[in-house]
Amino acid sequence: MTIDTTPKMTWWNRLSHPGQFVALTRPLILPLALVTGVLFAVGLWYGFFSSPPEKYMGDTVRIMYVHVPTAWLSQFVYATMAVSALGTLVWRHPMADVSMKAAAPLGAAFTAMALFTGSLWGRPTWGTFWEWDGRMTSTLVLLFIYLGIVALWRAFDDQLRAARVVAVFTLVGAVNIPIIKFSVDWWSTLHQPASVFRADGPTMPGEILTPLFIMFFAFTFLFITLQLAAMHTEVRRRRITTLERRAARGDAR
Amino acid sequence: MIALGAHAEFIIAAYVGVFAGLAGLIGWTVFAARQTRRRLEELGDGQRQGSSAQ
Repeated sequence: MTIDTTPKMTWWNRLSHPGQFVALTRPLILPLALVTGVLFAVGLWYGFFSSPPEKYMGDTVRIMYVHVPTAWLSQFVYATMAVSALGTLVWRHPMADVSMKAAAPLGAAFTAMALFTGSLWGRPTWGTFWEWDGRMTSTLVLLFIYLGIVALWRAFDDQLRAARVVAVFTLVGAVNIPIIKFSVDWWSTLHQPASVFRADGPTMPGEILTPLFIMFFAFTFLFITLQLAAMHTEVRRRRITTLERRAARGDAR
Repeated sequence: MIALGAHAEFIIAAYVGVFAGLAGLIGWTVFAARQTRRRLEELGDGQRQGSSAQ
């Protein structure tokens, strides 16, 4: 093989090398953090100073500006983990299990926030903090699945072996995502049906949709920023493990 | 600050809870990143962080 016939390193190949991945994506962290900060500032300003009380919900509609984005992320983060699980099992991509591991605690936190804000919205609106209906119960199950995945990662010393077990568990748990999404259509629930992501368009007025979408992007950009930072940390953590093992064997450089 | 109506305590509690959670997530992410960076430097791998392999 000569230099002319050597295959060129594609972006996919570069992303599959942990060190290259860190080098390529590290410059993104600061711009992403700045965009996230601006989106939160604008979203909060709109949410509190420019958005009127809603016809039926009154001022409690403002809880929607933190509830809907966290509820969206609780499912989006799991979808990210499910795609990463496929990356681990099917393509054996070295960064796939790093992505899976980094996302799990973030997903658990966003799910807990969605449940917390939902119950605070439910008390003045429905008269109860909690109801065992399809949407709320399946979201609680999602939180337990996230916590199970975090615990599973910690149960293994061999992270490559853990990755395969967690990937299978993650894909099995993915069955819960369509249940959460369609629970409000399949069963008669206290939780209202979808009012933003609908085939016939959102049913909310523009002055409520604007802060909702700004906060939606703010939370999504925050997740992307934290996910990248957590993936960099995981790459370094694995490097530490390798170096410590070498040092323990007495052949450290 | 605008008036938040009869259910102000629920709205305030929701925002305080969420932003406390976000502060915790960001703090934990930054702390873990600094801790691993420091440990790599102790192991003499400080300069190779950007190009370190597994």
